[in-house]
Amino acid sequence: MSEGIHPIASLLAAVARGITGVQVQWAGCEPDERQRIYFANHTSHLDFIVLWSALPSEIRAHARPIAAKDYWEETPLRHYLAENVFKAVLVERGAISKANSHEEPKFVGRSLIEDMAAALGDRNSLILFPEGTRGTGEKVGEFRGGLYHLALRRPDVELVPAYMENMNRILPKGEFLPVPMLSLLTFGKPIQVEPHETKHPFLERAREAVSSLRRIGPA
Amino acid sequence: MVAAIHDLKLMLLFGGVLCLLVTLTLIGRVLKQSHNSNVNRSTIDNFNAQIAAWWKMCVVFALSLLVGPVGSLVLFGMLSFLALREYMTLVPTRRGDHRTLFWSFFVIMPLQYYLVGLQWYTFFAIMIPVLACIFIPTSIAVAGDTAHFLERTSKIQFGLMVCGYCLSHAPALLQLKIPGFEGHDARLLLYLGIVDQMNDLLQYVWGKLIGKHKIAWRVNPDKTWEGSLGGLVSATALGTLLWWATPFTPLQSAGMSFTICILGFAGGLVVSAIKRDIGIKDFGAVIERRGGILDRIDSLCFAAPIFFHMVRYYFVP
Repeated sequence: MSEGIHPIASLLAAVARGITGVQVQWAGCEPDERQRIYFANHTSHLDFIVLWSALPSEIRAHARPIAAKDYWEETPLRHYLAENVFKAVLVERGAISKANSHEEPKFVGRSLIEDMAAALGDRNSLILFPEGTRGTGEKVGEFRGGLYHLALRRPDVELVPAYMENMNRILPKGEFLPVPMLSLLTFGKPIQVEPHETKHPFLERAREAVSSLRRIGPA
Repeated sequence: MVAAIHDLKLMLLFGGVLCLLVTLTLIGRVLKQSHNSNVNRSTIDNFNAQIAAWWKMCVVFALSLLVGPVGSLVLFGMLSFLALREYMTLVPTRRGDHRTLFWSFFVIMPLQYYLVGLQWYTFFAIMIPVLACIFIPTSIAVAGDTAHFLERTSKIQFGLMVCGYCLSHAPALLQLKIPGFEGHDARLLLYLGIVDQMNDLLQYVWGKLIGKHKIAWRVNPDKTWEGSLGGLVSATALGTLLWWATPFTPLQSAGMSFTICILGFAGGLVVSAIKRDIGIKDFGAVIERRGGILDRIDSLCFAAPIFFHMVRYYFVP
């Protein structure tokens, strides 16, 4: 992504930061230009843009979101935003888990992993919401398999967990007008796939890495 | 409006505030440098943070005076917005409150300040206590979630009352038509701010110096009888000495300052109780950089409406 940041992206990021008053804490690592996969809990449409805007601009220029194809290709505006403004990597939701359930041909999942690996290239980072869909914010849902396969495919890339708090109260699923409450974003300690670690234990550990960053706790 | 600059007494009042701030800043620096002091380090940081906040308030207030009444409206409107934001962030709400909250932030609050700006007293006086009081439960009921209905309604209503309605009486002071005091209302606002904030500071200082007997240790362990009474007496004395800037006689000024101080104390205590209730001591630490606005203006929120009504009742024919 040598073209840099799209001006609309910068504008939307500034608006999102203003609405959410987000306070960023790098608790487990420092901002770094090395290649990373940032993975976080997902409760709001604002999640990606806020996480993205929290990264320093040099890093931001090379950070691309993984987004659901079905949603982001639905209208021309969404498609434009995903494709041109945020340079999103659009993937088919659930394809990877289907591919691993032995009922679907494995190559669907494999080609998706290849797509994501290609999107990483040799200098990009990715932003991923492994729950695959927006939750209610009460607890972090189960992770889908993509993170595991991608981590195996690119062991050189750091996996950074992040937790976003209060986003579900600012713009919950099903609403289109935001309420300007304050939010918190915490980046945790990078994790990696241990030798011989299988998918489910790893995904559970990754989920724990995200939810342990919660600072306020359930009311 | 540059009218403010030609108001000599206003400038004197403001100059006094600046001198005080410079002095306090120097004291803060000295305290910070002194290594071998028996004063707690966090106490000093706290003190310096308070002074930094006052500098900011002072600059913003001066700018708003230069702009004229609209400037003060915008300033206090922003304060209300930020305070409400902090309050709503800390108070648990449910998914079903979302639209009601949106209305509170973007319609009810701006409307309140707009009505104050219109000088439409009979309307702005009932806006939140009557109209919002009916609107909020209706809106939550329409959303369909009945769990904790009364609690949720009260939380939102109370937030709007304290952060929005009460505070909006401070800029409303600028529209009181006091005979013989026309064009000098900014002094009244500054008077309220000085007495209120000095009461906070003096309570704190007296509390640190001679505070022993706690008033309600469960609510706020820092509030002591010695501190509160010391603050009350000294801030009332200060307010009395500022009578020349107001339409009051010295005795009236003493009464007004006394009232402001008592209410300021009440505001601080109530906001502390809310914080203990929702257990946000930790959260307060988490949002320290953006937070703390409610802590700084809690006393003003309680003092402003009563001060406004006392002046209006006794001095506006």
